[in-house]
Amino acid sequence: MIKFIHQCQSGLERLGRYGLDFFERLGRAHIFMAYVLLGIKDVLRRWELIITQIYSVGALSFVIIVVSGTFVGMVLGLQGYNTLVDFGAEESLGVLVALSLVRELGPVVSALLFAGRAGSALTAEIGLMKATEQLSAMEMMAVDPLHRVIAPRFYAGVISMPLLAAMFSAVGVFGGYFVGVGLLGVDEGAFWSQMQDAVELREDIFNGVIKSVVFGVAVTWIAVFEGYDTVPTSEGISRATTRTVVNSSLAVLGLDFILTALMFNK
Amino acid sequence: MLQSRFVETVVGIFIAIGLASLLMLSMKVSNLSSLASEDGYVIKAHFQNIGGLKVRSPVKMAGVVIGRVSRIYIDDKAYDAVAEMSINENFKSIPADTSADIYTAGLLGEQYISLKPGGEETFLKDGDEIKITSDAVVLEEIIGQFLYNKAAETPENKSGQ
Repeated sequence: MIKFIHQCQSGLERLGRYGLDFFERLGRAHIFMAYVLLGIKDVLRRWELIITQIYSVGALSFVIIVVSGTFVGMVLGLQGYNTLVDFGAEESLGVLVALSLVRELGPVVSALLFAGRAGSALTAEIGLMKATEQLSAMEMMAVDPLHRVIAPRFYAGVISMPLLAAMFSAVGVFGGYFVGVGLLGVDEGAFWSQMQDAVELREDIFNGVIKSVVFGVAVTWIAVFEGYDTVPTSEGISRATTRTVVNSSLAVLGLDFILTALMFNK
Repeated sequence: MLQSRFVETVVGIFIAIGLASLLMLSMKVSNLSSLASEDGYVIKAHFQNIGGLKVRSPVKMAGVVIGRVSRIYIDDKAYDAVAEMSINENFKSIPADTSADIYTAGLLGEQYISLKPGGEETFLKDGDEIKITSDAVVLEEIIGQFLYNKAAETPENKSGQ
């Protein structure tokens, strides 16, 4: 009996410690974020820092985004055609491809790819900087690593994400066009005109951009925080990188549900 | 620093492509003209039943989209629906005795308002009302009527006559 009570107690203890750890980490992430956001004045003063980071975070992700965007658009074209042709509505293929890309697939899939391609790299880079005590060395020289290292990376991610999502959607539409009009013989005029009739600038495209900005903030925030908060060992870095990819993918999918529910419930 | 110009060029190209994709999405994929058409003038029409008409449904004349439905509300005195249409600035000369019908694009397509121009010399102005309207065709009503008529001419009835 006494043993049972002890077991319960230790179980509760573990749960409590887990909860405290979780909230402490959450709090640290927010304080960290506040410092990074304050770092904008340093970033604006040293603009070339952010350019370098947009290069490594955004421009180097260009190829994977364009290639996957093309293939997603082409698959949408094929699958959509096969379903729509049963109803004699294959002219609506443009609408299907464009709406699914602009509203959902563009922001979400490019954010997932971004988390895998750029987020993990950010975490590993910052984690290694911490493990090799580069961040501490900066602090010794009275340079705030949050402003000098983290903030440019964060803002670069937030700027790159909507651009990448827009490229994904644009390339995807052409992928769908290639398969639908080029290979399957959908009427070209109907493809574009029905798409233009159905897709709205504010409702669809603007909301898609808002989504991708939110995803950009979430993914980059998680990536830089995991890197900064890593246990400075090789195992710690590998764990932090994994956590970045897992957490930011989950965050993207969860946020997508919330944003879709807020934006498109008519 | 050797690479800094290269990096800057690549980032420049990257941002340019990103902005170009956004521009392409807004120009080619969506209809930018829909924003421009919002500064038109408003006319309204009463309908007994608007069927599946929605805000932003097209308003067509001779099959050409000349405006959009901007607002739908119920007239609580006459118990009928009022559809406000925002008509493009360019179409100023809609005759006052124009009639408005609600049609369906295709069998299952979306519904739209079709305007048939009349012959009067005076034209509709902002806030004017179209007097001659016909309601949306509700498929269920037609099917119901058809079944009712069918039932009325069953063999027993025929033999009885």
